[in-house]
Amino acid sequence: MTIRVLAFARLRELLGRGELCIDLAPGAAVAQAWSALCAMQPAIAPLAESTRFGRNGHLVSAAERLADGDELALLPPVGGG
Amino acid sequence: MIAITEQPLDLQALITEVRTDACGAVAAFLGVVRRTSSDERPVDGLTYEAYPAMAVPEMERIVADAHERFGECTVAVVHRVGALALGEASVAIAVGSGHRAQAFDVCEFVIDELKARVPIWKKEHYTNGDAKWQENARA
Repeated sequence: MTIRVLAFARLRELLGRGELCIDLAPGAAVAQAWSALCAMQPAIAPLAESTRFGRNGHLVSAAERLADGDELALLPPVGGG
Repeated sequence: MIAITEQPLDLQALITEVRTDACGAVAAFLGVVRRTSSDERPVDGLTYEAYPAMAVPEMERIVADAHERFGECTVAVVHRVGALALGEASVAIAVGSGHRAQAFDVCEFVIDELKARVPIWKKEHYTNGDAKWQENARA
């Protein structure tokens, strides 16, 4: 299945782009998506603890299962205001 | 109005929007770009980035939370994204309410919650050419 990944701020810079597609086994969870991204770009691995995930616009845990065509947002610690 | 924008902020437009004939008070807040970072480094500008598809709904939830906690009032909040120079406004909030205490309370609640919850990011650009993504202090 294909997942569309959106990356922001420091994660966007480390991945080199704000949007990319990754292929995962059917039934994979957010954690597997993160592992696949870390394999592509090991520099993001230390940010695992501080990164939150949005699935189709809603905050989810790393255990959340993904579905084909999902949008997965990688959200670093916020700094607005 | 609850929005993310690339345009310069117009606080007066928000004040006009929230003021009704039921209001005895309008409280307004502007967050502006300061010349020093929280760790005292000289700053010459900021870049803000947002995920509007999650940021705007979260801002709407904050306003709903404010209504639940503080009662009836009118709220407008707009955050700017893109490159901002010293002195420019990054966030504008206006609250119209029957009495001033509630207007101040809601205004403070909205900015505090926005800084804690809304997916917006800030990159500080220092006068020596360095830059850093700066996260907000945790409450």
